[in-house]
Amino acid sequence: MADTNMSALRVEHISKNYGAVTALRDVSLGVKYGEALGLIGDNGAGKSTLIKIMTGYTSPSSGAIYVNEELKHLHSVSYARTLGIETVYQDLAMISELSVFQNMFLKRELLIRGTPFLDNGRMKREAQEFLLTLGVKLPSVDVEVSKLSGGQRQAVAIARALFMNAKILLLDEPLAAMGAREGAAILELINNLKKKNVAIIMIGHNYAQVLEVCDRINLLQRGVITYDKGVSSNSMDELNDIIIREYRIDQKQAESSAAADGANKSH
Amino acid sequence: MSQSNTSQSQISTLRRQLTQNPVSQFFLKQREASIAIIGVLLIIYFESQTSVFLQHDNIINLYQFTAETAIIAAGEVMLLILGEIDLSVGNVYALAPFIMYFTVQDHYPVVVGILAGLLVSAFIGFLNGVVTVFLGIPSFITTLGSLYIINGLTLTISNGFPELTPGTGQIVNIMGNGPYSEIIWTVIVVFILQFVLSRTRWGMYTFATGGNIVGAKEVGINTNLIKIGNFVIVAFLGGLSGILASFRISSIDPLAGGSTIMFSAIAGAVIGGTALNGGVGTVVGSLIGVIVLSIIKDGFTLLGISAFTFDLILGISILVAMLLNVRLQMLRKAGN
Repeated sequence: MADTNMSALRVEHISKNYGAVTALRDVSLGVKYGEALGLIGDNGAGKSTLIKIMTGYTSPSSGAIYVNEELKHLHSVSYARTLGIETVYQDLAMISELSVFQNMFLKRELLIRGTPFLDNGRMKREAQEFLLTLGVKLPSVDVEVSKLSGGQRQAVAIARALFMNAKILLLDEPLAAMGAREGAAILELINNLKKKNVAIIMIGHNYAQVLEVCDRINLLQRGVITYDKGVSSNSMDELNDIIIREYRIDQKQAESSAAADGANKSH
Repeated sequence: MSQSNTSQSQISTLRRQLTQNPVSQFFLKQREASIAIIGVLLIIYFESQTSVFLQHDNIINLYQFTAETAIIAAGEVMLLILGEIDLSVGNVYALAPFIMYFTVQDHYPVVVGILAGLLVSAFIGFLNGVVTVFLGIPSFITTLGSLYIINGLTLTISNGFPELTPGTGQIVNIMGNGPYSEIIWTVIVVFILQFVLSRTRWGMYTFATGGNIVGAKEVGINTNLIKIGNFVIVAFLGGLSGILASFRISSIDPLAGGSTIMFSAIAGAVIGGTALNGGVGTVVGSLIGVIVLSIIKDGFTLLGISAFTFDLILGISILVAMLLNVRLQMLRKAGN
């Protein structure tokens, strides 16, 4: 992390085919420590395939992945995790029947020295302190996750990933199904993470929210990155233009295929 | 319209008062407390009706109803938290003392017989777990199958006849024949399992596996091991309970236990606040649930209710006790 220009995670010329279907074509992107990259695109654009490749869940058909500028073969999720790469999914991450601190310490519990018994007191204190350093406010770390709001749950999921020493965070739709106030709290948390030198790739549909915290935006369309720029005051307009152009092309294709259908039927 | 509004707001104020009062807060927070209240009310009722309910002899009677079922219920809670169930445990209860009996017949000491009975019980639990986990058969079906297999095995090796429990001296007293032996065993089992559940990794992973098995696997919990281990625990306790019973009554009955004790144990666990669909439960709650069931059974016997109507009333009482508990739990949720 000495060189601030060094990429935390970089993928180059990644392609992924499922049989005859091409999910990703020659995708290259990278994110630095302390930077947030927004990855946006429609459903089916290839975002989830790209996440799966970057977390070691699937392997690319071709291309290379660099972690801290070293070529790595991410053969499993747990290996990617040892390199500090962690994905925060909205639904899967938490055990709702366990409390906040239990979720944070799951699989890395603290025991009372020399016994097999959980040191609940110490775990609660440390979880509380850790959440405070991230600026996450909860009524208590003792409360069951099922009783938290969607925003609080997302914040705890992110905190847990960092608590497990994640340095590179992939956030999958962190603001989905969230009210404005809750969303704002999560955006603030993401800003805090950037200050703590975490590298973030944030995936979303809603680019207005993504633009608020991200430093750079990549737009993924049909497996190809069609836009890669730093966030500026023009970003919104540029993205709008691209999306509208895309929409028009789709419309034309739909019209022409409908016309072709009509022609076929009239035969 | 306005009237229904006022009554609504009255109800919500009442609910707030009820849930914010520190005393009721305690009872609402402790899952076990609400069913314990029902138990106390039942004791008061039966004592007022019979005036012998709290006498020493009846208390002895009561705990004999309770102990063996409570030991099984404690294990069953672990499986229910996982969203699994063991229907065969009542038949392990009948088999284990026969394993002990035949081991002693082969000229081994009683202690070895006891250990053999417990070992075979645990192994049955292991098989239940392995079949459920690795063959992907729902535990309801797996253990329904093993219920019949074990019952058939017990009847075959015993020829359907009861036997006298072997052994003399201190071991007999320790293993169920002494006046307080079964109470002490029950307290030990409940204490240990409750501690395991709330104070060890095993308990935390059990809750995690039962609550969200995908998430639990995701963080690296060996959910198969947790499931199989808990099947072993409940079958082991079924065997222990059966052996204690055989020493208590000095004979071994191939038809003892069975689905009657299994259903009582599960009913006790559920009345005590364990959810059948997993993720929630306490061992102490299951003990209180079984005690409440015993109070109902014993109280109705003292009241001289006819044996024919007995099950009818028992069934209704179980439903009412459960309903009250569910209502209290809803209040508890509203309080949060």
